[in-house]
Amino acid sequence: MNWVVLVAAALALVSAVTVVRARIPVHSVLALVLNLISLAALFIALDAEFMGLVQVIVYAGAVMVMFLFVVSLLGARREAIEREMSLLPGQEGLGALAALLLLAALLLAVLRQAYPAPAALFAGFGTVRAFGAALFYEHVLVLQFAALLLMVAVVGVVVLIARRDQGR
Amino acid sequence: MVSAYTDVLIFFLVGAAFVALNLTIGRLFRPHNPYPEKLTPYECGEIPVGEGQAPFNIRYYIFALLFVVFDVEVVFLFPWAVVLRELGMYAFVLMVIFLFMLVDGLVYAWKKGVLRWV
Amino acid sequence: MDTVGLVLARSLILAVALASLFAGMTVIERKMLGYFHLRLGPTRTGPWGLLQPVADGIKAIVKEDIIPRDADRLVFRLAPIISVFTALAAWAVIPVGPPVNIGGLTIPLGVADPPGGVLVAVAFAALSVYGVTLAGWASQSKYSLLGSLRASAQLISYELAMGLSLLGVLMLAGSLRLTEIVAAQERLPFILLQPLGFVIYFLAALAESARVPFDLPEAETELVSGYSTEYSGMRFAMFMMAEYIHMITASSLVTLLYLGGWNGPVFLPPVVWFLVKLGFLLFVFIWLRATMVRLRYDRLMDLGWKVLLPLAILNLVATAVITVFVA
Repeated sequence: MNWVVLVAAALALVSAVTVVRARIPVHSVLALVLNLISLAALFIALDAEFMGLVQVIVYAGAVMVMFLFVVSLLGARREAIEREMSLLPGQEGLGALAALLLLAALLLAVLRQAYPAPAALFAGFGTVRAFGAALFYEHVLVLQFAALLLMVAVVGVVVLIARRDQGR
Repeated sequence: MVSAYTDVLIFFLVGAAFVALNLTIGRLFRPHNPYPEKLTPYECGEIPVGEGQAPFNIRYYIFALLFVVFDVEVVFLFPWAVVLRELGMYAFVLMVIFLFMLVDGLVYAWKKGVLRWV
Repeated sequence: MDTVGLVLARSLILAVALASLFAGMTVIERKMLGYFHLRLGPTRTGPWGLLQPVADGIKAIVKEDIIPRDADRLVFRLAPIISVFTALAAWAVIPVGPPVNIGGLTIPLGVADPPGGVLVAVAFAALSVYGVTLAGWASQSKYSLLGSLRASAQLISYELAMGLSLLGVLMLAGSLRLTEIVAAQERLPFILLQPLGFVIYFLAALAESARVPFDLPEAETELVSGYSTEYSGMRFAMFMMAEYIHMITASSLVTLLYLGGWNGPVFLPPVVWFLVKLGFLLFVFIWLRATMVRLRYDRLMDLGWKVLLPLAILNLVATAVITVFVA
């Protein structure tokens, strides 16, 4: 544990809470971007370099840009969202209970796991080269399924738009 | 490896300080005299009409969606490009299958006219 | 071994150098555009107008800072900071020469050289979308919004072609570390092996820094000043700074990835070679501005998605075939 990890972890927590607490949707999106960047810093601090950089490129650089588009597209104005709008009865209590249960489960999982010492990692762990080798020797099928999934996503986009155009 | 990123972090802090200095130095010199007309959005001297937040063309959203999908594919290609020379034929064949699906999606979107602007 | 003090010193020198280069670029660009147009450019500020950046700087500092009535004040202030920072950040991994020996100490000529160097630059190019998008949204003004929408769609479209053409270089170098990519070009710069990739990358870099002919986000003849319309004083200057630093960053990356970095045919100090190539690319940026007309938006998107993207995939497959079957 060094101070970079502590700062990044604290930032991740604060920004995650801000995502939920912010009243203006664009502020939530920004907090989520900050959260993802903090996670990237944590990945890099844990020697998972490639994962950390991909986290920034894909999540912060692509997915969140789309989120920002959606939030603006929905005509999100600067005015804050009033909180009474979508509160189900007992939502707050149940939410807190679920959060506590999740915390307990996570703590249990973290405490029961035995972690390998840092020295046990092989040389070049986390680099793009190690990632490539793992991808092509151990996770070949997953890689191809990912491609298939992405193709399905493209088809989904096309179908959504084709329907819109027919209506005109 | 972590030490290289500590250096990166130091540069980021210097960069942030540089930006902060630029933005605060003017505080000592600049005037501050806002009045309602000055604070209206600029519309060539006319009184602004309607809201500044007009809903926009859905095309922008579509391209953002397609971008997310293809960006994820490109990320998978980075490790491939680096190890291709060592893994040779094996990685090449795997990636041809992968790329085929990517190009397939692009051609499909193209033929369906999704890539057409306007 | 690198100490924190040394890294700090290099970071400070780099920040000052980039700020000076930005200041220098503004006056050089105006002088050169002047000569392209058969006029003189700035002449009144100092000898040959060379003190123009100083005058511009003072003006930016003493101008009133106006935040429009309806603006989101937090995001409005944040946007120029994000713009400059994302343009600047890639310099953490950009080396300008091989390590030098001073008094027994080996000092690298760059802040850091992590194994995934290129990806750091790619990551910050990806994040640069936020500066302009947020500026347009936070201003709550029609021109700003239109400019920022155009900018974000343009930036993400060209980012794909950029990433794909970059893969060709990575395949040849077999590394993401920028010093290793330069070392791989000791005999032949990659522009000779990747001519198509170079053209795609350069056009995408031009579009990513929103320069003519891809300057639709600003398009002063129709959108006033695009996403920065509502900005004034130093905040406006920050957007200018972001654009110029982005241009310098992009040119440096092209130099390192395609033009052989600091390798050169005749004997000159390596850093000089780097600066000569960088200077030439910056000249091309200004030259294009004096020569080209702005693209129409539908053609811009067509160029990105229907020309550069397929060509980049083609280049990628061709490079892979050659790497596996020939070399």
